[in-house]
Amino acid sequence: MTRPGDLAHRTLAVLVEDKAGVLARVADLFARRGYNIVSLAVAPTGNDRFSRITIVVDVESAPLEQIVKQLFKLINVVEILELEPGASVERELIMVTVDTNGPNGRSRRSEIMELVDIFKGRILAVGAEALTVSLEGTPDKVNDFEKLISDYGIIEIQRSGRIALPKIGAPATRLRA
Amino acid sequence: MRINGAQALIKSLEMEGVDTVFGYPGGAILPVYDPVIDSKIRHVLARHEQGAGHMAEGYAHATGRPGVCMVTSGPAATNVVTPLADAMLDSIPMVCITGQVGLASIGTDAFQEVDTTGITRSITKHNFLVTRADDIPRVVKEAFYIATTGRPGPVLIDVPKNITDLANPDSWFDWYWPETVDLPGYSPEMTLDTERVAEAVALMCAAERPVLYVGGGVLKSRGAEALRALAEIGNFPVVTTLMARGAFPDSHELNLGMPGMHGNYTAITAIQESDLLIAMGSRFDDRVTGKVPSFAPNAKIIHVDIDPAEHGKVRRPDVAIVGDARVVMEEMVALIEAAGGESALADHDAWRSQLSGWQENYPLTYEPSAPGELLKPQFVLEKLRDGSPDDTIVCSGVGQHQMFASQYWTFDHPYTWINSGGLGTMGFSIPAAIGAKAAFPERTVWAVDGDGCFQMTAQELVTASVSKIHVKIALLNNAYLGMVRQWQEMFYDNRYSEVYLSHDMPDYVKWAEAMGCAAFRVEDPSEVEAVIAKANAIDDRPVVVEFRCVDNENVFPMVPAGGSNDDVIVAPSQADALARERAKRNEEAR
Repeated sequence: MTRPGDLAHRTLAVLVEDKAGVLARVADLFARRGYNIVSLAVAPTGNDRFSRITIVVDVESAPLEQIVKQLFKLINVVEILELEPGASVERELIMVTVDTNGPNGRSRRSEIMELVDIFKGRILAVGAEALTVSLEGTPDKVNDFEKLISDYGIIEIQRSGRIALPKIGAPATRLRA
Repeated sequence: MRINGAQALIKSLEMEGVDTVFGYPGGAILPVYDPVIDSKIRHVLARHEQGAGHMAEGYAHATGRPGVCMVTSGPAATNVVTPLADAMLDSIPMVCITGQVGLASIGTDAFQEVDTTGITRSITKHNFLVTRADDIPRVVKEAFYIATTGRPGPVLIDVPKNITDLANPDSWFDWYWPETVDLPGYSPEMTLDTERVAEAVALMCAAERPVLYVGGGVLKSRGAEALRALAEIGNFPVVTTLMARGAFPDSHELNLGMPGMHGNYTAITAIQESDLLIAMGSRFDDRVTGKVPSFAPNAKIIHVDIDPAEHGKVRRPDVAIVGDARVVMEEMVALIEAAGGESALADHDAWRSQLSGWQENYPLTYEPSAPGELLKPQFVLEKLRDGSPDDTIVCSGVGQHQMFASQYWTFDHPYTWINSGGLGTMGFSIPAAIGAKAAFPERTVWAVDGDGCFQMTAQELVTASVSKIHVKIALLNNAYLGMVRQWQEMFYDNRYSEVYLSHDMPDYVKWAEAMGCAAFRVEDPSEVEAVIAKANAIDDRPVVVEFRCVDNENVFPMVPAGGSNDDVIVAPSQADALARERAKRNEEAR
């Protein structure tokens, strides 16, 4: 399958037993073996015995095969799915507080609001000289937005990390040890 | 039956068939030590928690059953970090119980509080922090299951004091013993991929220069008999790594001995020249491969391992088989038999005669002591080997004495060699020997130790005396941290930095006697045999024999760290012959 987007980054959905310290075990494994995490998000599943950790891994730091095999050695890891960009829906959230003052004291508020509008983002808070905006979208869209909004003075920025689900009718690849 | 957490913990160990616990009491584990008095389990009181951990490892090495150690929180937990890491790297089944401060105090920097599960996360196969007394039987059952199945390893159970405290009503519950474990993320049972095994056997039949590269996994799988059957039916030469010494009889004609950094020339070179490497429960450790890109450059690789993460970690296999080494080898034997046995195999005569040529030209060798010179460690080991029972268990520490022991002992039985391979833990041998001897009181157990190692864990000889676990220590005293000294001689231009210990300080004989041991000192080669006979005849206390060795002996052969196996350095007496042979080989290659 052709894989649109960044080949160096792969998305894993790791089903884990919801036990104390399980996130630390996963994070420790990556740290100890020198694997890079691009983003990581943890959330409950429908079953309160299990949680899902969505990890975007940098497969240039280590082969995906080794990362998956080492993850499976963790006793609390139950299942690992690979969410391929073409066969899954991916979302990320970005929040930015941006300075509305332009270079010569001119307010750029309306410019910024227009940009947010084009991307179908939202204004979350308005101050005298700043705006807090948010945008939810595909990682590519969020990247584009971040690049453009960075031309204005960014005061604070937060990204949620990627979460993903398989496309309906396109089951994710279940990885084996 | 109402039971308290502490009682349940000891009862759970009994349910798991534990007969011996090596431990050391203290604050947070105090409640658990009370029911120890009434238990049929033998508790061996170590003199340092690290000793307790290595004893548990020695017990596990010798028996194949999980070793158990129990210590308190804080500094005791940090003292077992080394044995846990050691057991992790050598895949030793072990269950370690640590006390912890009460749940209400966790996170408050309480007295003797450390984050034990955090500290040991990457050096255990798994660990648990138990938060409810009635979880104890379930967690103990799971811990033993995890430690002993699949690729074995250490499991730690951290037990807060409040759930074992008799006075706490919440520490009481109705006793139960779970029949099964419920671990949805852990399934060590595996079905053998027989097609893959058939693929492997096809390669094995076609190979002209095969080598069976045997690792510790064969011993873990209790696969020595299957290995012998496989080697014999396939006429496959065998190399046994440091962790696999004893898995295949050294006196067998197909055994080439140990490969690796201090392996023998034939074992190392056989791997380099092979066209098929059958890796059986071995993990392509850097001490075996040397420089990876030039390791066995023309060999196809069959890699059998119970841990799929080992496949392709270092070297990409042509055929990867996930499975228990014994089961896989039995299947391989059946397939080779079905294919017609010897008639299905390529001819190995040329290969075998090449191997014998190397064995003849480059055997292990050393110069005997010159008149008036102190002992040669190799000579001492030859005499110790010849003067001790055939089924003697040999333990070693880490360094030159370890390599000499591995090279010069003849291991003809599995589970007779116990050492620290992966972690390279100095001080391992005395406590490990005590653990092995506790398991097999009728067997002779020799710890071959160096003077550096001895000073790290010698206090456990008090444990040995008091607990009547009569191990014997062959202390090869060369006055130096010998292996480090060797590297400084060879790679740091003879600049010796902080490696001198002295022959005389401490006085090992007095020290050993003070700890309740019989002790002897030998300096003259002519006395060695008699002293060994005397030591072997003593069975009412531990024995320490201090063998005063020369201070400048080096271990050969040697593949320098990071160097290629092709550039192995042989003993000085063989160097000229090898240089001529290499020159001739290069000429022919051109």
